[in-house]
Amino acid sequence: MDDLMAEFLTETSENLGELDLGMVNLEQNPNDKNLLSQIFRVIHTIKGTCGFIGLSRLESVAHKAEDVLGLFRDGALEVTPEYVTLIFESLDRIKFIVSELETNGKEPEGDDTELIAKLAAILANAGADQGYTAEASAILDEMDTIVDQEMAEICTETNTGTEDTEDDIALEASEAPAPEQTKTKPNDNQAQNEATKESAVANQSLRVSVDVLENLMTMVSELVLTRNQLLQILRTQGENEFTTPLQRLNHVVSDLQEGVMKTRMQPVGNAWSKLPRIIRDINIELGKKIELEMRGQDTELDRQVLELIKDPLTHMVRNSADHGIETPAERKAAGKPETGKIYLNSFHEGGHIIIEIRDDGKGLSLERIKQKALANGLATAEELARLNQQQIQQFIFRAGFSTAEKVTSVSGRGVGMDVVRTNIEKIGGSIELKSTEGKGTSVSIKIPLTLAIVSALIVESAGEKFAIPQLTVKELVMTSSDGESRIETIKGTPVFRLRDHLLPLVSLQKLLKISLGDQEIETSAEGKSREIEEARYANKYIVVTQVGAYTFGVIVDKVFDTEEIVIKPVANILRNIEIFSGNTILGDGTVIMILDPMGIAKCSGEINLADSRETDEESSTQKRVAEKISLLLFSAGSNAPKAVPLELVSRLEEIRTTEIEKANGKYVVQYRGKLMPLIPFDASMDIMGQEKKPVLVFSDHHNAMGLIVDKIIDITEQHIDIQIKGIEETLMGSAIIEGKATDVINVGHFLHSVDPHWFKDHGDEPFTPNGRANGDGQAKRVLLVEDSPFFRNMLTPLLQMAGYEVTATENPLEALKLHEAGYNFDVIISDIEMPEMSGFEFAENVKTRENWQDVPMVALSSHATPQDIHRGMEAGFTKYIAKFDRDTLLNTISETIAERYGDAI
Amino acid sequence: MSTTPSKKAPPPSTEHARDFLTITIANQLFGIPVLQVQDVLGSQKVTKIPLAPPEIAGALNLRGRIVTALDVRQKLGLEPRAKGEKNMSVVVEFHNELFSLVIDKVGDVLSLRSEDYESNPATLDRLWREVSLGIYRLENRLLIVLDIPKLLSATNS
Repeated sequence: MDDLMAEFLTETSENLGELDLGMVNLEQNPNDKNLLSQIFRVIHTIKGTCGFIGLSRLESVAHKAEDVLGLFRDGALEVTPEYVTLIFESLDRIKFIVSELETNGKEPEGDDTELIAKLAAILANAGADQGYTAEASAILDEMDTIVDQEMAEICTETNTGTEDTEDDIALEASEAPAPEQTKTKPNDNQAQNEATKESAVANQSLRVSVDVLENLMTMVSELVLTRNQLLQILRTQGENEFTTPLQRLNHVVSDLQEGVMKTRMQPVGNAWSKLPRIIRDINIELGKKIELEMRGQDTELDRQVLELIKDPLTHMVRNSADHGIETPAERKAAGKPETGKIYLNSFHEGGHIIIEIRDDGKGLSLERIKQKALANGLATAEELARLNQQQIQQFIFRAGFSTAEKVTSVSGRGVGMDVVRTNIEKIGGSIELKSTEGKGTSVSIKIPLTLAIVSALIVESAGEKFAIPQLTVKELVMTSSDGESRIETIKGTPVFRLRDHLLPLVSLQKLLKISLGDQEIETSAEGKSREIEEARYANKYIVVTQVGAYTFGVIVDKVFDTEEIVIKPVANILRNIEIFSGNTILGDGTVIMILDPMGIAKCSGEINLADSRETDEESSTQKRVAEKISLLLFSAGSNAPKAVPLELVSRLEEIRTTEIEKANGKYVVQYRGKLMPLIPFDASMDIMGQEKKPVLVFSDHHNAMGLIVDKIIDITEQHIDIQIKGIEETLMGSAIIEGKATDVINVGHFLHSVDPHWFKDHGDEPFTPNGRANGDGQAKRVLLVEDSPFFRNMLTPLLQMAGYEVTATENPLEALKLHEAGYNFDVIISDIEMPEMSGFEFAENVKTRENWQDVPMVALSSHATPQDIHRGMEAGFTKYIAKFDRDTLLNTISETIAERYGDAI
Repeated sequence: MSTTPSKKAPPPSTEHARDFLTITIANQLFGIPVLQVQDVLGSQKVTKIPLAPPEIAGALNLRGRIVTALDVRQKLGLEPRAKGEKNMSVVVEFHNELFSLVIDKVGDVLSLRSEDYESNPATLDRLWREVSLGIYRLENRLLIVLDIPKLLSATNS
């Protein structure tokens, strides 16, 4: 039984229950207009709904009954007991059919001609009174014959599934002229028979008004806040007799909150219920053949969110059907099946729900988008020429952009994807579009499960506290008066160098025009030297915030905790202040304003979100060409600066030289309750010379070691190209970094020198060398395909130390030669961006080769966007991981091998 | 409470006496129909709201509800309160939102007879005339009846 039916049944059962009482009253007060219209409405609703879901038998009964009731209501017919009886009879019939529907999921067999005829007779009589004699008599004649036939049928046919009704009809028919008192008896009996069956569905659910739920939610939110307050007090007071009950309260409140949240959850299918109809209409209107396939209708999300995405969703499905799917003829010509398909899918992921809308239509036409962008002046021809496919597709999110050639009644009215995107971003969601011309389009929407409770970062500016939704906060940076973390100004406008980018900054204090009494608000750039101005920005915090693809920093004075908050709307008076999205009460009972990052972005200057998105993408493509990695630069021993990939360093510590001890002939320090071996980078280093020494800590889950260096210089993001291979074991080689010749150290060597078993003997820890423990004691063979010598050199020892037998090749062609030479591997790890042949092509090639086609493949990439991952999976990679994530890499390899050989290893 | 008195007409009352909560702002006596008053508060910790209209003093937490504080002095075009001078608040509800009217002092509840009522003098300050429902003549001073909906909706515009 589908949801629509279940809902219909619940509603109808309830309405009918109400009517029972109403009808009894009607007998006593035959002229109660209100009652009459109430009954009329119920019957009318039943008629309307069952017509919609295709219950013809129910519909015909309800229809006639409605007509008669209409006459009562309009006063055209007087309410007599006989008529009431007839209405009763109709209601009973409706109840019967409904109860059958509930148990069997379909309308019972049977015939209502007789009942309908009786109702028609009333109509005819009323008509006669008003002078429609001809028509009326015709109907009367018809009725007579029908009644006769019906009686005959009833007499003969008693052995059907509808015995009850038939009996009932027989009774009714025989007692028809009797006064209604005696008449209702059989009806009552029937009602009792049915009472047990009645409303099995209706009893499972309860209709509660949304207001009640909202109210409940508000109260629970208050409770949560009060609980937070209590917990905060408890924290400051330490242990006391309240601790235990408060903890219980804490749990109960959490459960309650969860429970109440659930009441607001609705299956996403509710927002989709109209879609099949829309598709059907489009099919008819535009002569297309489209099938809509819906999956994950049961995925639940907050009804508030559901309401907000309903329209965007409908719009997008319409778009797919109207613009995406071609006509059957076009599809045939393109070699596709005549029937187009639109897939709708939804599922949970993290704290989000993902909704995908995919079609196998013609995809977005890049040419048309380009033409349109030119025509609308959104870009020049030169600009367009420089953009890649994805960037061009982004144009459809611009305002007033529609690629539909003609406006149909279905879509193409210019309210387009820009509105969809705005709506989705408004609720903290994001939208992603993938399209291949000729193959179809896929849109995926990511939205938060609920809007009610969010995590927020509490910041302070000029003595006032504000909350920023945590979702938009990317990172926090503390500024100083000099060096790297200095805020610079350009004609009074603060900016910050965040790694490779210039981050636009907004001072919250200036934006909100707030000041601490004695501090004067910055007026003009004039009269103030840049130094003074920049000094003002020292020792502040930058909250790096992202809205859509626009990243900017908000300068604040202090940063506090994050808190779970309930966003409450601001008073009407304050609605026009765009910067606030709401307010809330914190754990300590104070009211705090919640900043709206989107509002800040808007207020802080004219920004075009779409533009910045494109530049972002552009830079990420550039990055992809030149692989960059974060390097920690330090000095130790000889003059040349040293570099180590930051990913390999767990922590940076300063260790007092007085704490360094010697054990077993090695330097050690007591570190986090354990002894950590220390190694001076260079044996000639004067360790005890200074009071403190910086130490790079390398660690895995069990072991840690410290590398003593002289000075930490910087962290930089660089493309490295090792130009001179290392002669010493300690170095991997030398490269130009920040314009200086820099030695890249070989971490593996140091790890090894501390403990030759560094990567082994970890018990069942993540990178257990499952490889070597394959029963026969054979090490697993890994083929590494990686063009960059740096990574090859870094990964090979890493894998070797983890117990694998590693064969490294510079490019896929070489790897394929190994195949020809008859080599076999247990797993292939491949880079994606390689010059001669990309990792994707390589994977596709491998999958065609005998012996190798079953070898699991792991893709390594420095930029793993969902598109890439998708592409990788299509090409045949089993896993897709980021390049610098050592643990994940080793984990993945051992998992992949384990999967291949089963868990018996 | 939901009966919004129509403008200029005498306070709609079938009985002869109405109850008012008296408040003082800058030594002027005002009255608020007692049924409209939800709460009377002492000095409260108020969170300032940047960029809000000047008469908005901020927001405060009243038993878990967020209440917008309105500085009536500012609203009536009076001098701001001297630093350190105590204030009190009267909480009223308007369009399902709570407002805390920041005033100088709250006095007694008075039962006033309709015989003592007079409509606004034509010469009254325009700003005041808008938010006043009329004047009661007390024995030795005058009481201005505050039109709370007007006071608050004028803020909205």
